[in-house]
Amino acid sequence: MIRKFLTYYTFPIIFVWLLVVSYNSSKRKPDSVMELLTDPSWLYDWPKWLDIPLMKWINDGFKVFNEKYGIYFEVINDFLLGAILSLKKFLIVLPWPLVIALVVAIVFFSSGRKLGTTVFVGICTFFIGFLHPKFWDKAIETTSIMIIGILICIIIGIPLGIAMARNNKLRNAILPVLDLMQTIPSFCYLIPGIMLFGLGAVPAIIATVIYAVPPLVRLTDLGITLVDTEVIEAAEAFGASKKQKLLGVQLPLALPNIMQGINQCTMMALAMVVIASMIGTRGLGDEVLLGLQQLNVGKATEAGLAIVLLAIVLDRITQAYGKKIQDRNKPPK
Amino acid sequence: MSKIEINNIYKIFGPNAQQVMPMVKDGASKEQVLEETGHTVGLDNVSLSIEEGEIFVCMGLSGSGKSTLIRHINRLIDPTAGEVLVNNIDVCTLDEKEILEFRKKTMSMVFQRFGLFPHKTIIENVAYGLEIQEVPEDQRHEIAQGQIKAVGLEGFEHQYPAQLSGGMQQRVGLARALATDPEILLMDEAFSALDPLIRSEMQNQLVELQAKLKKTIVFITHDLDESLKLGDHIGILNGGRLVQVGRPEDIILNPADDYVKAFVKDVNRSKVLRARTIMTKLDQFDKSSINPSSTYKYDEDTFIEDIVPKVLKDRSTIEVIDKEGITTGFITSDELSVALTKTK
Repeated sequence: MIRKFLTYYTFPIIFVWLLVVSYNSSKRKPDSVMELLTDPSWLYDWPKWLDIPLMKWINDGFKVFNEKYGIYFEVINDFLLGAILSLKKFLIVLPWPLVIALVVAIVFFSSGRKLGTTVFVGICTFFIGFLHPKFWDKAIETTSIMIIGILICIIIGIPLGIAMARNNKLRNAILPVLDLMQTIPSFCYLIPGIMLFGLGAVPAIIATVIYAVPPLVRLTDLGITLVDTEVIEAAEAFGASKKQKLLGVQLPLALPNIMQGINQCTMMALAMVVIASMIGTRGLGDEVLLGLQQLNVGKATEAGLAIVLLAIVLDRITQAYGKKIQDRNKPPK
Repeated sequence: MSKIEINNIYKIFGPNAQQVMPMVKDGASKEQVLEETGHTVGLDNVSLSIEEGEIFVCMGLSGSGKSTLIRHINRLIDPTAGEVLVNNIDVCTLDEKEILEFRKKTMSMVFQRFGLFPHKTIIENVAYGLEIQEVPEDQRHEIAQGQIKAVGLEGFEHQYPAQLSGGMQQRVGLARALATDPEILLMDEAFSALDPLIRSEMQNQLVELQAKLKKTIVFITHDLDESLKLGDHIGILNGGRLVQVGRPEDIILNPADDYVKAFVKDVNRSKVLRARTIMTKLDQFDKSSINPSSTYKYDEDTFIEDIVPKVLKDRSTIEVIDKEGITTGFITSDELSVALTKTK
């Protein structure tokens, strides 16, 4: 009885409450409610007092939040910044031929020893620096931010995807949040990011995670849900526990989809790292921005090309691995 | 005590199954329940008992509830009401840990579309049940190797399921089910996805294996010929209700209703009926008509397929004898014509 009452009346009650609040908080409300009845002019133009003070709430809330919990964000900031810097330093200290050799080796083994892909990726990597010497260090800077961002995405995204696949209620709760994360323009969370973490790489990582984690969550969930029900039943019929089922059957069979998710995540992270140059994140995006500001088409194009090359390299590495697993699961007849 | 005893099982699919129960118990039909409440009746008061060491075939068309029924035995599906006794233990009362233990030790299952793990090799697939039981790897692979040999798949151990044909894949399924040495084997339309020749071959292989292993097998099928060939007892389901249980010849000779009648209409009776079933008993037979020179002795378990030519061609009389060689009855062309044409 009470539950029925709640489902029917919660939203109307909240709506009425919001109306009253907006009316009361407005500075331009009419002198009395009676005036609304005698003068219907408010029906023609949207009345000034019909306005939820959402902006004020968020600003106040954010301020309190920042004052109260800012210290924790500083800890996160220091940690992430440290991680990025040490990764970047490590990659920059390495001689560039060694880095290219490393990339080539990774591609070679992750693609199942495909020579064509390996050579192609090697050449792409070489051309990043070949376009302009300073792009090499910038590309490494961008890659470091992305690697940290993607690691965070994986740490958050895969367990969340698994949890969603197991629990329909959780899935229904999370899906709209994921939609929100993908549709809210990135600048809306870049700015609060700056206020919490300051300018630079860390708000870029936060923005990257918000932007890039949804496809990974979705594809992990999808991959696990799509595993053949008969195969799951078979595991259950042999008395497999939930853990044995997840680790032994569901995850391995969902792996091609999860790899696809990581691939998507990587591409979106790259896009975001470029946008994040607007809040002072250094890297290849920085060069594009500079080219645009100086109306230097050649410079912007050159930097754009370098980003494309970096995207190709990262895409091939993640795709190749996913494809290798898929081929093993479904070899040609 | 029967090996498996199913008592008054009801299964209703839908969000408020318990509230719909009284309606189903009052005898409302499947269609009625669906229309009034949106719930689907899967099983409607099914009771049966399955003896140790027999092949019990559960037959029905799709949607008759046979796959639902078999999943109650290892509790992949929980019943809405009723009890399932396996070795006299009510499966429905086991808690989560006990049910896992019970599935590991007591039974295994073979699936219609094989249910093999595509990411595991054949030997890993066969060893899966043992892997779940945490048997060390070399030991479980040794057992799996034996099972692979038993189903004739040597040399394919390290291939992946997708590299094998349908018939071979189902042999893997069978080997996997046997590897844990279960007391009970559940086979859910195990041969339905195979083409007729392979299916018949697999049926023979199952009969052969069963002669050696003497497992209790619950076999689901929609194919009457298959059920007559394999079943010691057959249960026929229609719309979630059990309409008839009996030996193959009971089903053929005394179909319980029009549904069963329609099923058995086209069956080749001579391949199903045995001499014992159709003979006229010794004390009711007029022995004066026998011509001793054209009388042949046959075992009482002989299919009448083998008797027909003798009787029809040579006008002989068949003397039916039991295991000890004692005469129990006679068959002449009269008995044959009745058995092969009678439809009640």
